[in-house]
Amino acid sequence: MFKNLMSWIEYRLPFMDKMNLHVIQYPAPKNFNFWYFFGSLAMVVLVNQIITGVWLTMNYEPSAEGAFASVEYIMRDVDYGWLLRYMHSTGASAFFVVVYLHMLRGMMYGSYQKPRELLWVFGMLIFLVLMAEAFMGYLLPWGQMSFWGAQVIIGIFGTIPFIGEDLTLWIRGDYVISGATLNRFFALHVIALPLVLVILVFLHIMALHEVGSNNPDGIDIKKDNDGTVELTEADKKFTFHQYFTRGGKKIIVDAIPFHPYYTVKDLVGLAGFLLIFAWVIFFLPEGGGYFLEPPNFEPANPLKTPDHIAPVWYFTPFYAILRAVPHPFMGAVAMFAAIIALALLPWLDRGKVRSVRYRCGLHRINLIMFCVSFVALGVLGVLPATGLYTLLAQIFSFTYFGFFALLFFYSKNEKTKPLPERVT
Amino acid sequence: MMKTLLSAVALLASSLAMAAGPSIPLDKAPIDLTDKVSLQNGARLFQNYCLGCHQMQYQRYSRTFADLDIPQELGMEHLMFTGEKVGDHITNSMSAKDGETWFGATPPDLTNVARVRGPDWLYTYLRTFYTDDTRPFGVNNKVFPMVGMPHVLQELQGVPSRTYETRLVDGQPKEVYVGIQTDGTGELSTDEYDAAIADLVNYLEYVGEPTKLEAHALGYKVMIFLLIFFVLAYLLKKEYWKDVH
Repeated sequence: MFKNLMSWIEYRLPFMDKMNLHVIQYPAPKNFNFWYFFGSLAMVVLVNQIITGVWLTMNYEPSAEGAFASVEYIMRDVDYGWLLRYMHSTGASAFFVVVYLHMLRGMMYGSYQKPRELLWVFGMLIFLVLMAEAFMGYLLPWGQMSFWGAQVIIGIFGTIPFIGEDLTLWIRGDYVISGATLNRFFALHVIALPLVLVILVFLHIMALHEVGSNNPDGIDIKKDNDGTVELTEADKKFTFHQYFTRGGKKIIVDAIPFHPYYTVKDLVGLAGFLLIFAWVIFFLPEGGGYFLEPPNFEPANPLKTPDHIAPVWYFTPFYAILRAVPHPFMGAVAMFAAIIALALLPWLDRGKVRSVRYRCGLHRINLIMFCVSFVALGVLGVLPATGLYTLLAQIFSFTYFGFFALLFFYSKNEKTKPLPERVT
Repeated sequence: MMKTLLSAVALLASSLAMAAGPSIPLDKAPIDLTDKVSLQNGARLFQNYCLGCHQMQYQRYSRTFADLDIPQELGMEHLMFTGEKVGDHITNSMSAKDGETWFGATPPDLTNVARVRGPDWLYTYLRTFYTDDTRPFGVNNKVFPMVGMPHVLQELQGVPSRTYETRLVDGQPKEVYVGIQTDGTGELSTDEYDAAIADLVNYLEYVGEPTKLEAHALGYKVMIFLLIFFVLAYLLKKEYWKDVH
């Protein structure tokens, strides 16, 4: 009976076949390390944001008059409202933590290189939408930092020559940030951007499964079936979906089915992540003033500028680049260029070897320097832009962009180490 | 790679700690959210001395009573003065406009003040008013210079003034501010006054996040669950991966 039902469905919607294709018989390299947890964790955080977001929406009131009070209502009068809100606010920061580490993984192991360029570009689009989503979400509690942070960020668009003024007016829907801005940000935050985000994540995964997962060695696990590749005992143990062998033209080595091997492994990663995540939610929900900034516990007051306006930590690396440039519009250009440069990585890196393990020593130093610059800019973006800090921000902005410039040159004729035949 | 990153973070975080703060060092507020007696006394002080001007418009009387173990009848009799209902928010009838006219700025709502300023700031602020005849209400404050608020707790503390000590600064004798002293006309001794302020700040800290104790209690359970989950997940992974290795 059940079997008949299943085959009836399978005939009309090949559910099991798709499950096999993407999960049960998806060949994943067997050598994924710590850095490979963050993709699945990003998905977990996305689901967390959507679910807690839906419940928060049930009691949130998107109006300049009622927003702040409704958040306090959620915190005080809604059963477990505080938990939902902290899961959502901490989740926002966690999202950026895992996404930044996920991106770093891609950079370390050259996961953006051919043939994964489109996969990387989808990832960058996700990052862009995520930034917009986080920015609009941060306005919703209608606290002092919500208001003034939005003022600063919308102001960035105002620096564009000729159209800047009109553009900010169009974004705000008013001459100042007001209830009109709050309402449209709410609509975008809870409907438009999450939809786009989910679609982009779907495309990201489809693109991944088409070209296959990279691995810490950066070598292909799908070899041409020309008789030169010898299968080991381990390779013969698992069956993979025929789609990946391209009808026998490809031969898959050193791979294991995603399920159950990586589902159980990701479960360990999830538990580790949740330990930290839950610790913050229950014991440090303000994240030391970086996840929820103290001035944001005061309602937005357009007449009272806070002493020091700092965007939330995940924007600060880019904010520091913005401030490092003396000219406002050029600063904005530099900031967007910092993101565009990342998106162009597949073409800026002309190397053929993917993993940092087998690339030249300069690449390793360059990558470390990039990470140091990024973190340093993040710290500087929190601090007031005074003499020494501005100078440091300029130096680190230079080294940030220097990473891409250097990479473009040395990757052309790079002296790399010999690649192993099989993953190690 | 991780090590390089971590050391870079540590290096920059240390410079972060030097970011600007108040002009005098803050005293550590002795916060204890489990001390119901302290919280009750804090609530009493708030209702009697603060509520005239400052609201707690997001906190309900019933919430305070329930969390602080105050029986409803007692609370209504001693902590509610103008015929509110027990489910009402803790508000007053002073209009924001009047407040601005009288004090130069509307007295802020205090529901979240402990989250905005931090308990140490409040604890120090309420203990560093001093007589200053140039100010409209005759007092100024060390933590919040030129503040528009009168010293409403003067009847408890007495008339406070700054004390100075002659110290050598760069080889020159110089008068240095060392603290606040009262003339002893207050109802409380200095220690009693400090304790009263500690209670009041404790209460403000509670009101800022009334769910904190509940969160901690639940948090420990969740952490224990997650630790067990982690171990089980790890063992499960190990079992499955026997096939691979």
